[in-house]
Amino acid sequence: MSSWNLFYERFITKGGYETVLSGLLATVEIAVLGLAIGILLGTVIAVVKVMPKYNTLPKVLNVICDIYVAFFRGTPMVVQLLIGYYVLFPALGIMMDAIVVATLIFGLNSAAYVSEIMRAGIQSVDPGQLEAARALGLPYKTAMLRIVIPQSIKNILPTLGNEFIVLIKDTSIVSFIAVVDLTKAFRMIGDANYEYVIPYLFLAAVYLVIVFAITMGIRAMERRLKKSER
Amino acid sequence: MKDNIISVKSLCKDFGDIKVLKGIDIDIENGEKIAVIGPSGCGKSTFLRCLNCMEDPTSGSIMFNGVDIADTSVDINIHREHIGMVFQQFNLFNNKTVIENIMLAPVLLRTKKLKKQKRKNFFAKLFRKYDKIVELETTEDEIKNEARERAYELLRRIGLEDKADVYPSTLSGGQKQRIAIVRALAMNPKVMLFDEPTSALDPEMVGEVLDLIKQLADEGMTMVIVTHEMGFAREVADRVLFMADGVIAEEGTPAELFDNPKGERTRQFLKAVL
Ligand SMILES: Nc1ncnc2c1ncn2[C@@H]1O[C@H](COP(=O)(O)OP(=O)(O)OP(=O)(O)O)[C@@H](O)[C@H]1O
Ligand SMILES: [Mg+2]
Repeated sequence: MSSWNLFYERFITKGGYETVLSGLLATVEIAVLGLAIGILLGTVIAVVKVMPKYNTLPKVLNVICDIYVAFFRGTPMVVQLLIGYYVLFPALGIMMDAIVVATLIFGLNSAAYVSEIMRAGIQSVDPGQLEAARALGLPYKTAMLRIVIPQSIKNILPTLGNEFIVLIKDTSIVSFIAVVDLTKAFRMIGDANYEYVIPYLFLAAVYLVIVFAITMGIRAMERRLKKSER
Repeated sequence: MKDNIISVKSLCKDFGDIKVLKGIDIDIENGEKIAVIGPSGCGKSTFLRCLNCMEDPTSGSIMFNGVDIADTSVDINIHREHIGMVFQQFNLFNNKTVIENIMLAPVLLRTKKLKKQKRKNFFAKLFRKYDKIVELETTEDEIKNEARERAYELLRRIGLEDKADVYPSTLSGGQKQRIAIVRALAMNPKVMLFDEPTSALDPEMVGEVLDLIKQLADEGMTMVIVTHEMGFAREVADRVLFMADGVIAEEGTPAELFDNPKGERTRQFLKAVL
């Protein structure tokens, strides 16, 4: 049988497409939820970083955030995954699905990067915006949430889109902790007959299509945001 | 005793090693219009920004509403609601339409108070302290509708109700500044602070903004205006403060200060700008 026929048999007749679909789902889930966690937590960290620091509490929080960011940016994500799955959560006595652990680690990791992006975004907003809100009597938190952060998100949308693309591609390492993602699914198809050429080419094509779709989506969002505020 | 709305005593402000304000004393009466003039960098903006604690004073006291707002332990937000501020660069919220700009603070702050009362009532009910329950005077919808009505009323006043739903980026500087002024008015402030409200405007738009401020003055609003428009200061102000080097070097009625300046620095400054 030709390698193409082998692939066709595995993929269609023997139901390989089901594995690929569930792998695709895992990839998308980890990246999407990871990014969501990353944006929420990253925004909190960014606000701690730009907060005025007269009192002790913001100073302490700032140090904690610095350590956090240094750890997640200073170690490979695979290592973070391994530590989370084999060391940290077992030590805490928490039993979790590998995919949940992967999502959490991706979220925590992405928060470190998003916090830097978000901080730059917040600093790109004219300080007069915060001043005007505060002068009207709005508390710092409300002013940031209603005025500054929405404007900064618009400024950093392309960069956030890149972060999402990075996350999607990075999910290919989650098979280290036994999650079946897109990459793992295609490898399993190859493993069946030790025929990897076509599965891996397909794999690359699928990633390309996903990334292309995200890029388009981000552009559309940017256009819409530009159109408002007119 | 006079009816002072703001009473400033020995106000000092340092930025690191730089002493910007070096002891300012002034009582501002209810309804009084005060113009602040002086050379660039003498601390006019810093003084104005201390009045609502946008800059925290380094020392000294600022009595407002019977409270020393220079004391960092007071909740400044409550007091800022009563002190309107207008900036040189307008600072309209770019991500909000004109009407949203005006409604935002009144709606958020009143809704917050309402929610707080709801929470209190909930716990009062929970612990069966029925006497502690305060009947709610309004609803969130009512707050919004009232704020919208008030916002439209203010926009009509400045002839810009047709701009209610546009974003600030489409407006001229003069329109932006007039909207910034009514945005502050929407909180029904007791005092208005203006920091060079016309300095960023094209000359042909200065008039419309000054006219609006003049109207407010005629209606009896208390105001402190930092300005380079000497003609305007003379016309509107009850009292003019000449600041130099972080102190009030000279003060008096416009006639006293502009026509008979006593200090040498005042004379030099006026000669340069008039
Ligand atoms: N946040 C700050 N940090 C450090 N120095 C500052 C800060 N704000 C103001 N200053 C300094 O304080 C001094 C007074 O500034 P201020 O803005 O009050 O002057 P001004 O009288 O309003 O001047 P202008 O007429 O140019 O607006 C200036 O020397 C300025 O550089
Ligand atoms: Mg100034």
